[in-house]
Amino acid sequence: MSLLAVSDLALTIHGVPILRDVDLAIAPGEIFGLVGESGSGKSMTALAFMGLLPHGSLATGEALFDGEDLLCLPERRLTRLRGNDIAMIFQEPMTALNPMKTIGDQVAETLRVHRAATRAEARAVARDRLDRVGLPEDRFPLTLYPHELSGGQRQRVAIAMAIALRPKLLIADEPTTALDVTTQAQILDLLRGLARDEDMALLLITHDLAVVADMARHVAVMKDGRVVEAGATEPLFRARREDYTRRLIVASEHVPARRSAPPGADLLTVSGAVREYLLPRPSALAPHPRLRAVDGVSFTLRAGESLGLVGESGCGKSTLTRAILGLDPLQGGRIRLGEEEVTAGRKMAPALRARMQVVFQDPYGSFNPRHRVERLVAEPFHLTGRPRDARDRVAAALDEVGLKPADMAKYIHEFSGGQRQRIAIARALIIRPDLIVLDEAVSALDVRVRAQVLDLLARLQQSHGLAYLFISHDLSVVRSVTDRVMVMRAGRIVEEGATEAVFTAPQEAYTKALIAAAPRIPDAWKEPADATRP
Amino acid sequence: MRPAFALGLALALAALLAALVSLVWTPYDVAALAIADRLKPPSAAHWLGTDHFGRDIGSMLMAGARTSIAVALVAVGIGMGLGVPLGLVASARHGSLLDEVVMRGNDLVFAFPSLVIAILITAVFGPSAVNAILAIGIFNIPVFARVARGGALSLWTLDFIRAAEVAGKGRTRISVEHILPNILNLLIVQGTIQFSLGILAEAGLSYVGLGAQPPTPSWGRMLAEAQTMVTVAPHVAIFPGLAIVLTVLGLNLLGDGLRDHLDPRLRRAA
Repeated sequence: MSLLAVSDLALTIHGVPILRDVDLAIAPGEIFGLVGESGSGKSMTALAFMGLLPHGSLATGEALFDGEDLLCLPERRLTRLRGNDIAMIFQEPMTALNPMKTIGDQVAETLRVHRAATRAEARAVARDRLDRVGLPEDRFPLTLYPHELSGGQRQRVAIAMAIALRPKLLIADEPTTALDVTTQAQILDLLRGLARDEDMALLLITHDLAVVADMARHVAVMKDGRVVEAGATEPLFRARREDYTRRLIVASEHVPARRSAPPGADLLTVSGAVREYLLPRPSALAPHPRLRAVDGVSFTLRAGESLGLVGESGCGKSTLTRAILGLDPLQGGRIRLGEEEVTAGRKMAPALRARMQVVFQDPYGSFNPRHRVERLVAEPFHLTGRPRDARDRVAAALDEVGLKPADMAKYIHEFSGGQRQRIAIARALIIRPDLIVLDEAVSALDVRVRAQVLDLLARLQQSHGLAYLFISHDLSVVRSVTDRVMVMRAGRIVEEGATEAVFTAPQEAYTKALIAAAPRIPDAWKEPADATRP
Repeated sequence: MRPAFALGLALALAALLAALVSLVWTPYDVAALAIADRLKPPSAAHWLGTDHFGRDIGSMLMAGARTSIAVALVAVGIGMGLGVPLGLVASARHGSLLDEVVMRGNDLVFAFPSLVIAILITAVFGPSAVNAILAIGIFNIPVFARVARGGALSLWTLDFIRAAEVAGKGRTRISVEHILPNILNLLIVQGTIQFSLGILAEAGLSYVGLGAQPPTPSWGRMLAEAQTMVTVAPHVAIFPGLAIVLTVLGLNLLGDGLRDHLDPRLRRAA
């Protein structure tokens, strides 16, 4: 019998249909994957049967949990169920915990609310649960505050809170999306172990097909508020009966068609770059301790080449990027673009700056919301002087990235995430630079949009002879679009080489760990037709 | 146009119109006393009644609007004109000595109760509307500096600022081109609040005799003078009070509407 059986679930918010005909059946102790692109309704489905919907929502259908219909239960009974029998963890570990309370108190709180346990009992259980999620007492006493923990450790605390009462169902909404690959692997391992040891069902909501392939026994694919396909994971991945599922899987392992350019002249030369920060003094008279965010990095990027830079958060790749773009000064070493030296601030000649541009990760924060697209795209003309035909150039740039020239008159909020990333590329292209730094430029996009943007980047590289410095934590993307790759850790480049060579035969232990940690759809599950990789 | 915005606009325009018309015409001369007609309730001749000197309250309100609005407007102007640039400079150089100096200077001004400084200024330079403006204006500076700096700091971390830096723009230019338009909503709301507070502060200063001097009418002084007569002739206090409440309400609605109108994300949705 199913632990949770959702049938004919439909949801409207203020009369707007959000979900319809959603059917799910989750057995006790199983891991169930719910995948879909952003806006497909996967989170709303969980919120609907948890009774956590926004005002103006109307959910119909049936959601039987242990024989009780969650949609008909009074709020008081639902409150008892939530936390007790059904628990939930969220994507963002940075905001999931209360920064003003110790981790011990936060885990104990659930117990005290639901079980009316004494403080001492609750703390004993909290200790036990924190041990279980891999936060042992000697290093992680109950008295720690969230700011003393890393993102992965906070996610562990959030999991400890969720499993404090040994729920029958744990809903994990994108639990590892905000984490690095190695941390993600550890958290997924933990969740898998919990489901097995505690006989807890896990509803894993994610956009990442590889994670689902790796974890889930059953999977449901959602699109536009409907479940388009559901079933056992492996047959579903192998058969790809539904067109949408097939397109999703193909897009997730999409490799844009690109020819490796013949190596050109050296374009960007970084030699012995050092970037240090002064940290606050530990005591009033002590000297400032120094943090070396970039520690003697050297590499060369040739004209027309795609160079990947991978590393986990905090490894110094963003700091290095800022130095390359001439936004921060170096404390040692030098960066040369062509024959000229990159210096920070006003000293750097506009003509030199004009040879590089950048595309950022966040399609929402990359644009001034008060300006029209025309003005946004034309901003780099500040470096070259505004040409007479600026309007035509903007129109041409928009056309090149697949948008209409008429989009010039619109504001940025009228575009989707993928379109905004196209506009960001148009902005980078407008002054025809030699080098574009792509700082996690496709990380925030859905797989199908990501595939399109990668295709666009490959095409533009071909037609304009651009060099890309492709910075990402997503190994599969880096693998599919770069000629060479560098692996960065703690401010140093630990491994560098031709992309395929590094991915197939990594030399350094760290690179091996990174590649092993990245979830992948097993090769055996792929159709013969697209099992061939270039 | 949303109804609240329309109402705000109407109230604010009414106050402005009354002030402007009073420059050339009021129903009765506000300086002429008519003791025989003192403390008359509203009637056909005097729509809003008369005060203890027999002056027409309607005419006094019109002329008083001039003082009240001018004081508040100039005071907000001083606050915005000096405070916003200070806040922008401090945020563009966040963590530098300059930032420290600006913000600690703000703290210093904040540390004194505004009324005490106003009393100090008027004690030194003598009570007048101009000195009231100065006193209120000085206290608006740190308010706007803080709002501007706070709003700007969170913007400086966004990628579009990085993109502007990559486009070779300096901090001053980025502040004006990218930061200022995006903190405008905060400034407008703060501006309407400070404008309202300015009217109230002028009323307060006039009430204790430190603002506009007789015979210049001001809403605050009308209230002050009505205090002793509230039981005998309540209309003498009610009408100036109502004028202040309605003007302040109108300005707040106007500010909210203006903020929505200036934001392209909200403009299309409206």
